[in-house]
Amino acid sequence: MTPFFRMQGVSKRYSGVRALENAHLECGRGRIHAVLGENGAGKSTLIKVMSGVVIPDAGLIELDGKSIVLDGPASASRAGIVSVFQELSLMPDLSVADNIAITNPPKKFGLIDQRAQRRLAEQALAQVGCEDVHPLALVRDLPLSRRQMVEIAKAVARQPKIMILDEATSALTAADVQRVFTLLKRQRADGLAIVYISHRMSEIDELADDCSVYRNGRHVSTFTAGSKSPDEIVEMMIGREVSHAYPPKPASRGAADGSAQKVDDGRPPTLDIKHLSWSGCLHDIDLSVRAGEIVGLGGLDGQGQREFFLALFGVLRGVSGQIQIDGKTISVDSPKAAKQPNIGIALVPEDRKTDGLMLPMSVRDNLTFAALDHLSHAGVISFADEARATSEMVAQLKIKAPDVDEAVGTLSGGNQQKVVIAKWLLNAPRVILLNDPTRGIDVGTKQEIYLLLRKLADKGVAVLLYSTDYAELIGCCDRVAVFFDGRIVRWLQGDEMTEHALVASALNLGVPA
Amino acid sequence: MTNLIFRLQKSGQMPVVAAALCSVVLLLLGSLYSSNFLSADYLLLQLQIASFLGVVATGAMLVILLGGIDLSVPWVVTVGGVMSAAAAGWWGGAGANFAIPFGIACGALFGLVNGIGVAYLRVPSMIFTLGVNAVAQGLVVVRTGGFAPQDRATPAMHLIATGRSLLGIPNALLVWIVIGSATVFLLHRTMMGRAIYAVGNRERAAYLSGVDTRRVTLLCFVIAGACSAAVGVLLTGYSTKAYQAMGEAYLLPAITAVVLGGTNIMGGRGSYLGTVVGVVLITLLQSILSVIQIPDMVRQVIYGGIIIVMLLIYGRGRRMAE
Amino acid sequence: MNLEEFRFRFREHRGAYAAAAMFVVLFAVFIAKYQAGWSVPVITTAANKGVLLALVAMAQTLPVLTAGIDLSVGMVFVLANCLASHLVVGTPVQAALGVVVVLAVGTLCGLINGLIIVYGRLQPIITTMATGTIYFGLALALRPVPGGNVQEGLADMLTGAQLGGVPSSLLMLLAIVVLVWIPYRRSTIGRAALAIGSAEGAAYMSGVPINQTKVFAYALSGLLASLGGLFLTFITYSGEASMALGGSYTLSSIAAVVIGGTSLAGGAGSAIGSIFGSFVLRTIGDLLFVFDLEPLWQPLFQGVILLVAVSLGSLQLLKLRNRLDMFK
Repeated sequence: MTPFFRMQGVSKRYSGVRALENAHLECGRGRIHAVLGENGAGKSTLIKVMSGVVIPDAGLIELDGKSIVLDGPASASRAGIVSVFQELSLMPDLSVADNIAITNPPKKFGLIDQRAQRRLAEQALAQVGCEDVHPLALVRDLPLSRRQMVEIAKAVARQPKIMILDEATSALTAADVQRVFTLLKRQRADGLAIVYISHRMSEIDELADDCSVYRNGRHVSTFTAGSKSPDEIVEMMIGREVSHAYPPKPASRGAADGSAQKVDDGRPPTLDIKHLSWSGCLHDIDLSVRAGEIVGLGGLDGQGQREFFLALFGVLRGVSGQIQIDGKTISVDSPKAAKQPNIGIALVPEDRKTDGLMLPMSVRDNLTFAALDHLSHAGVISFADEARATSEMVAQLKIKAPDVDEAVGTLSGGNQQKVVIAKWLLNAPRVILLNDPTRGIDVGTKQEIYLLLRKLADKGVAVLLYSTDYAELIGCCDRVAVFFDGRIVRWLQGDEMTEHALVASALNLGVPA
Repeated sequence: MTNLIFRLQKSGQMPVVAAALCSVVLLLLGSLYSSNFLSADYLLLQLQIASFLGVVATGAMLVILLGGIDLSVPWVVTVGGVMSAAAAGWWGGAGANFAIPFGIACGALFGLVNGIGVAYLRVPSMIFTLGVNAVAQGLVVVRTGGFAPQDRATPAMHLIATGRSLLGIPNALLVWIVIGSATVFLLHRTMMGRAIYAVGNRERAAYLSGVDTRRVTLLCFVIAGACSAAVGVLLTGYSTKAYQAMGEAYLLPAITAVVLGGTNIMGGRGSYLGTVVGVVLITLLQSILSVIQIPDMVRQVIYGGIIIVMLLIYGRGRRMAE
Repeated sequence: MNLEEFRFRFREHRGAYAAAAMFVVLFAVFIAKYQAGWSVPVITTAANKGVLLALVAMAQTLPVLTAGIDLSVGMVFVLANCLASHLVVGTPVQAALGVVVVLAVGTLCGLINGLIIVYGRLQPIITTMATGTIYFGLALALRPVPGGNVQEGLADMLTGAQLGGVPSSLLMLLAIVVLVWIPYRRSTIGRAALAIGSAEGAAYMSGVPINQTKVFAYALSGLLASLGGLFLTFITYSGEASMALGGSYTLSSIAAVVIGGTSLAGGAGSAIGSIFGSFVLRTIGDLLFVFDLEPLWQPLFQGVILLVAVSLGSLQLLKLRNRLDMFK
């Protein structure tokens, strides 16, 4: 039986980089097909080819036995292929109903029929279990999780024949994730073909019927879900033996209440925060980090972790509470103040493309940007110092950049992130805050970053790591502070740090001590 | 040949080369009309005229690099001219000594207001500078009583605008060279220059890297205001009197020169060399068009048409390089 | 429409409502100070002036909604004026044909703008700067010196007042809003323009036809600008190729659009807001006159008021808790 959808021999090159090489994918009606592979493996490109966003250099696409040509998102949409991407395709200034029916609204006398459109939106929202979202609300007024649900509702409203979800659950609350699962299972029963990309193995376990693994732009294997062990799958994804991904940790320190005990040398903690509050979002946070520690922030997305980092970095106004660095109380009212040598806080932001780098500027310009004070005299940059600092950092972090004068946007995601980290290391920070630093990065670079963090900690830098990846939190951190609703509800350390404990604390359920 | 073109495009220098080539072509075409066009005298005169536009374009470029635009040029130029001439008459003539810096300072003050509005009040630069332009006009009207300005320029102003001191090089050109060199130094060798490009590329990232982006923006607008006023001073020196709407003829050509020189109108990219070539090109274009006996309307259409054609050529080049 | 729906609609259009309120207040003050102002001739003249700018402001609104700008609207306005002074003359039939040609030329100018911007992949600001010069050149060709005429009957009717003293120009404006703006806004292509201004990348991914929508927006803008130029001819009975006038209308249209609550960043706003923005701008001038402000000081005051009006939105910054929100 020919599969309902089939792509074969698909290849795509981006100025010398082979994103896809002779890849293929098949999916059948009423089946959920999981697509696996680390970032850079080509899954995103494959999905973009399938949705018409990217036009392949070569390849054959067949739908229901007929060959089709996808030359843009509109043509894919007409063919009944609908996608939900990580970058939302919603227009913030338009209403939910306008967004859902943006391309093919119901019409009356040639104009948009507002009433019918509203009903359509209500139906779509009901299908994803979000009846509480008002169709006339502007998308920009909705929280991120709701926006993602609207995105999914929009896909469902198009009554697709094939639905593709690319990391669609990353921004969702736990309750919304369940709603999506219910929806997908129901759609599957109705005969929809679903392609599902996620890095969360638990989701794959729950949903997938078939799995395909890709590596380096090539198809590796397709198998029925459950027929391979997680280790086998990871091995297929990274192509080598699974090794211990995390560097060893020193013996555990700190008390059960989360405070950092004073070690023999009587020095105060590097970073000591008391009663930090902000604007109804952060409540009475106490946290301290000793030199040499990696402290993790856990909890579900959106519980105040990002805001906590921004507060420390001087971005938020009206922060109350006490922040001490090496025993001295400080106040920061801007990132410029935060990075000064007497304070020394650095922030590696979540979105490197919009917050961490100036993509069209050169690698060197980006790398030296936060430390230009140290590389200049009276405002004039010393090119020699700059070049030296750059090559030192490139070597130290093993940044793969053939030419530091090239735009940093030409580097891979992992190398871009290294440039962001290098930028801050040049400033010799005392405290480094990392906001989900390994998101969207290949496994190899991830490991390098873990090693780097541990080395930094050993050198005496206080490291605070926020990650949405539980394994990463457990593997890297000495202690984890679990956030819920802007408060720290639980500290975990040593053997207590298990995925179960993290999840339970994240949901604010009691965990046996 | 295509290899060379490709390398040029990748380095981002294509617009500079294209504009330079166009200038040469224009001169050659003009020489067909009259051999005067290739004489040293004529070329020096063109450079002198270009200097006025060049100084305005310098300020315009800085603001454009930030991703903004300064529409207050027309009347801030006038302010510079009117106030410097006015100062010349104060204190029984003693004011003449600081007429020039005073005029420029007035322009810088307007630039400061622009900077506060754009950087601190976060009003889009297009509309805020438009408002400041209207305020500048209002102030000039009040000052001059609605009549043509009567104050005369100081001898110093006249000398700088029209004289030739060093090796027969027009003083105005020297002024442009000095200002231009300072700008090149600022943009390529200082922290501030790096920050300007960063803010133009992505202000968020620059802010999160610990740069006071608002101050950078403010400073650029102050410099732009000073540049506009400086040209007002020069123009007043040239015609020994200020006149209403002195800067009107400089706004659009300045922006066009900056863009034709390869600076991205959305900010973040561009070299001063490009602006220089763009200014020379526009000056030559305007000069040659004004000399050739064609009706006014044809002049306008050709001017606009050439700019569109050049932009399309650059655009194509950029796309090929991508 | 129930209360809840009204709440959302209000949020969507609050800029326009604010501009309308501003206008009502200013106009009330004007009439209060100048009792004699509440008469047909005064109101009609004021309305004519306001409608003239309102048409150009409506034209400017369309590209701005797509996150673009049109610096040639003033020149299309002038070009239409010059062309109309040649063609909209003679018998009613000839005049009507003249009107059609003028509007067609205006639309063509807008279309050319749109095509160059979309298919030439150029930035709107610099493209329309250049095309503006070209359109002005054409205007100059038509009217090297001011002159010409216009069909008297038509002109009188449209610049006069109708039953009960309602200025015809306001009725004409209303008709344009009802026949052009509202259908556009409620159509797929009109909404697509807002989608593109709001988030062009997302719009593309959603399958919105970017190219057609943009070209159409610029073409329609040209039509509205030429309507303005046509109306100018009805008022002045002549055509004049004045660069100063064209430039002034372009810049005033931008101010009117901003005061009317449309964001220069695109995605939100309405031509109705721009209409009120235009009326606000025109009324300020009249107000200063009526309050016996020294004529010498009027331009300054107008400038300051404009500056204050566009800075009002900055008051929101006081509430700002996350400084990162200042930067896009």
